[in-house]
Amino acid sequence: MIEKALRGDERYWGWIIFLLVIIGVGFGSYLYQLNVGLGITGMSRDVSWGVYIAQFTYLVGVAASAVMLVIPLYLHNYKKYAQAVIFGEFLAIAAVTMCMLFIIVDIGQPARILNVLLHPTPNSILFWDMIVLNGYLLLNIVVGYNSLLAYRKDVPPPGWLKPFIYLSIPWAISIHTVTAFLYAGLPGRHMWLTAIMAPRFLASAFASGPALLILLLLLVHRLTRFDVGRDAVQSLAKTVCYAMIINVFFLGMEFFTGFYSNIPGHMHGLEYLFAGLHGHAQLVPWMWTAAVFAAIGILFLITPPLRRNHGWLAVGCASIFLGTWIDKGIGLVIGGFVPSPLDVVTEYNATFPEIAIAVAIWGIGAFILTVLYKVTIAVKTEGAPHHAA
Amino acid sequence: MYDEKFIIPGLVIFVGIFTFPLWVQMGKAAPVPEPKIDTPVIQAMAEKKCVQSKLYMRTDHMQMLNDWRDEVVREAKRQFVSPEGKEYDKSLQLTCMNCHSNKKDFCDKCHNYAGVAPYCWDCHIQPQEPQAPKETM
Amino acid sequence: MGVNRREFLKLAGCSALFGLGGASAFEILRPGALDASAEAPHHGEAAAPAPQGKQLGMVVDVRKCMAQKDGCTACIQACHVTHNVPSIPNLKEEVKWIWKTPYEQAFPEQYHEFVDDQLKAGQFPILCNHCADPPCVRVCPTKATFKRPEDGIVMMDMHRCIGCRFCMAGCPYGARSFNWRDPRTYFVGKEDQMNKDYPTRTMGVVEKCTFCPERLAKGQLPACVEACQKLGEKGNALVFGDLNDPDSEIRQVLRTNKTLRRKAELGTKPSVFFIV
Repeated sequence: MIEKALRGDERYWGWIIFLLVIIGVGFGSYLYQLNVGLGITGMSRDVSWGVYIAQFTYLVGVAASAVMLVIPLYLHNYKKYAQAVIFGEFLAIAAVTMCMLFIIVDIGQPARILNVLLHPTPNSILFWDMIVLNGYLLLNIVVGYNSLLAYRKDVPPPGWLKPFIYLSIPWAISIHTVTAFLYAGLPGRHMWLTAIMAPRFLASAFASGPALLILLLLLVHRLTRFDVGRDAVQSLAKTVCYAMIINVFFLGMEFFTGFYSNIPGHMHGLEYLFAGLHGHAQLVPWMWTAAVFAAIGILFLITPPLRRNHGWLAVGCASIFLGTWIDKGIGLVIGGFVPSPLDVVTEYNATFPEIAIAVAIWGIGAFILTVLYKVTIAVKTEGAPHHAA
Repeated sequence: MYDEKFIIPGLVIFVGIFTFPLWVQMGKAAPVPEPKIDTPVIQAMAEKKCVQSKLYMRTDHMQMLNDWRDEVVREAKRQFVSPEGKEYDKSLQLTCMNCHSNKKDFCDKCHNYAGVAPYCWDCHIQPQEPQAPKETM
Repeated sequence: MGVNRREFLKLAGCSALFGLGGASAFEILRPGALDASAEAPHHGEAAAPAPQGKQLGMVVDVRKCMAQKDGCTACIQACHVTHNVPSIPNLKEEVKWIWKTPYEQAFPEQYHEFVDDQLKAGQFPILCNHCADPPCVRVCPTKATFKRPEDGIVMMDMHRCIGCRFCMAGCPYGARSFNWRDPRTYFVGKEDQMNKDYPTRTMGVVEKCTFCPERLAKGQLPACVEACQKLGEKGNALVFGDLNDPDSEIRQVLRTNKTLRRKAELGTKPSVFFIV
């Protein structure tokens, strides 16, 4: 089926070439990083994780969001998602691949990365993260490929596929819970040391992932006339809306715990992000922008006339996507390192090579997504008459 | 054969490129490396013996060093007893390089011939060699 | 043979999965059983040391450090010179194994506005605490940092570290540094200042104080302790020894002085104590 990605019009090839250029520039930047070291990034002794791990954390959420389609369709027979689910699974593949690439570029000695397999360490959450992410990637490849193949042959998916589909449901939850555990178990980082970390991750995942999916589906409709169905998009939008409300609610809970208890450790992280700490306020405009985006997103998605209009819906989803990206990526990951364990504020400024590498990895994700979606749409639009819409 | 006029030349080019390292070197055998052991420390030794025999070292010094580094760092076992019963500190920098202080004429000779670049000396400081100015990497 | 391509790929894929999964299962259930070394599998790499083993620790007498009017850095110089820790101008990328901080930074939870003048004005050294229950060891995915069962030192295996910096996120004391670049670039032109008896590190690995196991193996004290003792009367701010030996000097000091541990409420059980 992959040969279907080799046929396309000028726009398609133009897009592919554009992506390859971005990927090439980033790859060159990565070679520079391999040569000189991670010092070419903006990370420091105090803020030892930056853009790469922030993107990884955000994208695990996007990957997990495929479950928001799988549960209604396969557990509750919500047929409206029948056409859309594979787009969610393929988005998960692209997202998980990006996650793993972001990890690899963040590693100081990437040639030694097999040490994680050669010396398995079950008490380390990174070990489990590696397992669950690779497992989830494998699951989505197996399920996505076989579903699409079955569709193309106009037969129901094979019976043995069902256990894998059901397995992908708790597995999706697990990938983001395990990623949250990376942060939530560290005794020295008070902004992360909260029981609500995994729930926050899941809520923002189920807001950001389906929001991106809606945008992609709207784009697919615009570019190829393939339509997953109006109801599917609306149901997804409602999912995004409620997940985002819960996400904002959870953030509110963090504020209450910190500021009502007045314990410095619980307040400092939030203070740094939203008001500035010890005179350092670099992230404050970012966080308030994220807050505005969140508000716009929720407003547009909760108001039925706005949600039903695909133009307003797109703006709302983009708003939520960007808002969660800032909040989870920049706010959470970088903010967690401020103040340092010695109560010192060191600010973080991403460098151009670092951003080039990050953009290149997003480019690789977009590339994978483009290829997979191209194949999917080709399969779904060829010999269309006897397939149920 | 379908598309014969592309496949056959393509195969020929491929085989040519694939075997390039073989035929481009034809008739030019690189000389067998001769690592030199005429360092001041070795010359001053009464009995010129290494921690293991030359034959053993030739085949196994890589594995031995690997074992040493795990034993020293992870198991705190720093003493090595040679087959002759002599005790040594397990240390590339302090034991091996102490005698074999001529990395260019000893270690590098075989490593260059075999085309390997072990990264030991990225960390373990190699002895300063008198002739050329030493690079720091 | 009659195996078609699809069957073959399925077989190969499953074999690879079983192979990797089997190796991992062995490592989890019987650690060390698959190691090539002929020695008995050693336990305790990730477990806490047995109570009857040694636990090396240190007491820092902050009063003595504060009494030094001339900004003493003997311990820091000794450590960093002995271990080829480079002096890096960009503070964001600095590497430090032991360094001086004011009370406010070493004990942020204890600090208050009415702290005595001497404590407010001075600085004293802090370092890795070699915790009895170290979070850095818990999070390391390769056991590149591990607690030595022999003496309780939280050790760094520079050969195994992949530079993921999870340990840096996990350490509540900011004790760890990363090599953001090749450390040797900071010795260019100063090669004679390197200690030729100790390696440097390479870029991309984490490092920290390791209580000088290479010196302990020769019966010496850690470099910082020895340097402080050499100061004679003015020094002796650092006491080093086995916390599990009730007759050791360090236990005597702990019995007769009021000591603090950094961030004691986190349950890491640091082995470095401070007399303030």
